[in-house]
Amino acid sequence: MASASAFEYAPAPESRSVVDIAPSYGLFIDGEFTEAADGKVFKTVSPSTEEVLSEVAQAGAEDVDRAVKAARRAFEKWSALPGSERAKYLFRIARIIQERSRELAVLETLDNGKPIKETRDADLPLVAAHFFYYAGWADKLDHAGFGANPRPLGVAGQVIPWNFPLLMLAWKIAPALATGNTVVLKPAETTPLSALFFADICRQAGLPKGVVNILPGYGDAGAALVEHPDVNKVAFTGSTAVGKAIARQVAGTDKKVTLELGGKGANIVFDDAPIDQAVEGVVTGIFFNQGQVCCAGSRLLVQESIHDELLDSLKRRLSTLRLGDPLDKNTDIGAINSAEQLSRITSLVEQGEAEGAERWSPACELPSSGYWFAPTLFTNVTQAHTIARDEIFGPVLSVLTFRTPDEAVAKANNSQYGLSAGIWTEKGSRILAVASKLRAGVIWSNTFNKFDPTSPFGGYKESGFGREGGRHGLEAYLDV
Amino acid sequence: MPTTAPALGDVTASDSTLRRFLHGLPGVDTVGLEARAASLGTRSIKTTAKAYAIDLAISMVDLTTLEGADTPGKVRALGAKAVHPDPTDRTTPSTAAVCVYPDMVATAKDAVAGSGVKVASVATAFPAGRAALDVKLADVRDAVAAGADEIDMVIDRGAFLAGKYMKVYDEITAVKEACGTSARLKVIFETGELSTYDNIRRASWLGMLAGADFIKTSTGKVAVNATPANTLLMLEAVRDFRAQTGVQVGVKPAGGIRTTKDAIKFLVLVNETAGADWLDNHWFRFGASSLLNDLLMQRQKLATGRYSGPDYVTVD
Amino acid sequence: MSEKTDKTEQQRLSVFKTYKLYVGGKFPRSESGRVYEVTDSKGKWLANAPLSSRKDARDAVVAARKAFGGWSGATAYNRGQILYRVAEMLEGRRDQFVREVADAEGLSKSKAAAVVDAAIDRWVWYAGWTDKIAQVVGGGNPVAGPFFNLSTPEPTGVVTVLAPQESSFLGLVSVIAPVIATGNTVVVIASEKSPLPALSLGEVLATSDLPGGVVNVLSGKTAEIAAPLAAHQDVNAIDLAGADDVLAKELEIAAADNLKRVVRPQAVDYSRTPGIERLTAFLETKTVWHPTGALGASGSSY
Repeated sequence: MASASAFEYAPAPESRSVVDIAPSYGLFIDGEFTEAADGKVFKTVSPSTEEVLSEVAQAGAEDVDRAVKAARRAFEKWSALPGSERAKYLFRIARIIQERSRELAVLETLDNGKPIKETRDADLPLVAAHFFYYAGWADKLDHAGFGANPRPLGVAGQVIPWNFPLLMLAWKIAPALATGNTVVLKPAETTPLSALFFADICRQAGLPKGVVNILPGYGDAGAALVEHPDVNKVAFTGSTAVGKAIARQVAGTDKKVTLELGGKGANIVFDDAPIDQAVEGVVTGIFFNQGQVCCAGSRLLVQESIHDELLDSLKRRLSTLRLGDPLDKNTDIGAINSAEQLSRITSLVEQGEAEGAERWSPACELPSSGYWFAPTLFTNVTQAHTIARDEIFGPVLSVLTFRTPDEAVAKANNSQYGLSAGIWTEKGSRILAVASKLRAGVIWSNTFNKFDPTSPFGGYKESGFGREGGRHGLEAYLDV
Repeated sequence: MPTTAPALGDVTASDSTLRRFLHGLPGVDTVGLEARAASLGTRSIKTTAKAYAIDLAISMVDLTTLEGADTPGKVRALGAKAVHPDPTDRTTPSTAAVCVYPDMVATAKDAVAGSGVKVASVATAFPAGRAALDVKLADVRDAVAAGADEIDMVIDRGAFLAGKYMKVYDEITAVKEACGTSARLKVIFETGELSTYDNIRRASWLGMLAGADFIKTSTGKVAVNATPANTLLMLEAVRDFRAQTGVQVGVKPAGGIRTTKDAIKFLVLVNETAGADWLDNHWFRFGASSLLNDLLMQRQKLATGRYSGPDYVTVD
Repeated sequence: MSEKTDKTEQQRLSVFKTYKLYVGGKFPRSESGRVYEVTDSKGKWLANAPLSSRKDARDAVVAARKAFGGWSGATAYNRGQILYRVAEMLEGRRDQFVREVADAEGLSKSKAAAVVDAAIDRWVWYAGWTDKIAQVVGGGNPVAGPFFNLSTPEPTGVVTVLAPQESSFLGLVSVIAPVIATGNTVVVIASEKSPLPALSLGEVLATSDLPGGVVNVLSGKTAEIAAPLAAHQDVNAIDLAGADDVLAKELEIAAADNLKRVVRPQAVDYSRTPGIERLTAFLETKTVWHPTGALGASGSSY
């Protein structure tokens, strides 16, 4: 996609040999890899090539029961350990992740399809940082503001998505273990591998068996886990539809729930914005991880007076994005995670066109195999368009305009979701005024898509409830 | 006098219109700018792309000596190196120019005669720029008369920081006039002294409005010289200036770029910010001295597969 | 109301009070035009209370939503002043509430007085919380980068509260004060059997500088009113304090439609000083990032 130039970057692929993927993997229950009770397996493929990477055991209800029982058995000792000892296990895990980060980055890129630049520079550093952060909490819970000696809940059933497989695992497992819970975690069916490698890291760290159990599988395994009567805590990151189903499933029980769901983040650019940085922020906001990010800035709200200027800059910038082999260190845009997701994106984009929005993509050659979608933006979008309301979860930006700050806030809040928002202006008081009126859990002003283990993350409205990260993230795993 | 493009009309009609224009330029967010520069710095340039970039970088070097101790002998040696950077490999491109003080221009011209290598001269009471305008202009005329192809002037940072933009503008236009038609004008902002990115953006536009052929970061004589971020910002300025006026202006980061790795990263900045039109030594330069030898050693490594050493490049 | 033993009062026919809903700062009758009999603990008729309908619930949500912007945008200090004003107003009508609570809950005068005093003190307690909770649960986050990062609690929005069925006044105050202290607005369903203290509280709130719509009081059949509120897409949270287990489960399922924040029923001793759980249950954490960066353009080299 890069403009024709004598300076053609030669391929710079990261070496695949740093990771050794076995032909098959089991479920990780009670410290052992084991087959599924019914012997079922499924294949996990590399979305950039459709190559089969491995065959993975597929958990069913019986396996869920086995894993929950193992977690329950482990809970008594694990929760009784001095916090300082639990901390040291988590520190060990953090260190091993750092040591193996190149291997894990390549693995994640292979299984997920996202660029190595992102797994190397964003996912893996954040994963390690998350374990470091929560490790330190394990022996300081008395000081976390939840009263003296706050107790863990018990067995946590955790279901995570495919967009940041290892990072979402870290967000779930690190606070759960720090607070003394044990865990049964189900990774997404399209990205089970990094969680299985994490099982090996637990082994290297000497983590007592049963404290962490990993169950690759599909939605039915997730539902069985949520439903299991001996699960005390449910943590889910994924779609709003599934989040609602979980909320119904746990109704009338004592299970504590946190849900981190969809979004339709508004990125608001005022006429006095630092324009070059705003363009970068808009690009990061929607094209990071191919837009498969719940907090993506998928709606650009641009002040009408600078619409044309900003769009010109944005289009010029999109033309420099490099789409292709995710293992190439110069790739900006990788593959879409699955055929299913690609078809969802495609159908929403078609709907956008059918509803009269104007579609634009830079000249862009897509690889012949794998799942790919060119960076796309839609102009002439209004609040009434489906692409302005529904989460696309792909590299598709809907551009809307506003005239006044009031209108910007009204449009930004005019959504069933409330996860993230961006504000771009050089006027400090406007940032604070707009930020205070936006109904969203994370507000990035003059920046976008920044994450940190100390920073609470989570949504308003149908983007879910509960916070992950920071001191706030402990609450979800404590009986308070 | 420079012709200000019609698109910008009467921006320079008065002190107040100029001030309003410069202060109306979009602000720069420090963290965002530096993050973008750092992110482009992670591009991995290998094999054929690297070979291309190394030769391009060599051809963009303004090989510089700006010492009180400069002598004709030193300048002649520098000129010889500029023409044939690697005596063992004649396919190595020449540098773009040698850059010297005005009194060394004639010597330098002799040294590069017939090679196509330009002679650039710093002027206007370089590096401080603290002299009367007449003295500065005499400095420029001296250098031009001695045959300088390019003049690297410094702006009056004191006037700029005092908000006297018109004074800075007038000085640049006067120097531009003194350059006549034969010498291209590079305007040095001394970005390290302007201190903020907003100032650097304003200075870039001020320089371009006043007729700069190149905008240049720094003298190499202060603590902070060329950085990826300030160069990226200036590349954005020339890109936007051409979009508005149709006039293309070059960019020269100077000082602090010492390795091939760094130079290639700057070329990535050029490629992905201003674009391929600037990937030519008519539009982009490196003000450097030690950089050249590292480029040469890397070039030898690519050619032979062995790592080279300092004894295999010349010390001139 | 209870008969007076005072001789002079016996000689005159007392004036009954018509109990009305409190919605949007006004005192409407139920849109249904229906009432139901409220009796004391011995079954003696006390008054007729409005039997709220789905439409009353809908109107209350509209009023609560309308009030949300102003109330959540008021300064915490201002909200604290108003909550304290509620305590002041209640203190002045203490005798009335002692009487109503005694009737409603079958308590002796002195026990009812203790309950009312505790309820007044609860308003004072929460009045003091309005401008402190943000410091307790929010704060700066030391992110690893050149960013200022601040988490602040913000009100969830419109909250439906099923007031406790038994503790008709202290329980009621204990569940609505924390909701509004932080800037939420509330639609509260009074104790089904003993709604009168709740309806009278509306009169106190109306004279306490509390903007209309911040608290809306409905009386009637809890299950009937709660069902549309639990399913209402413009309600952000629901406190099921006054629901039994069966109703609570039904409502929690309905509440999932727009992912309301749900507080399940639990055993609470309302006479004890509460913790901050009910305050934080209806707060969202908003985290705002902004670059800091260096003072100047000293950007590092590669």
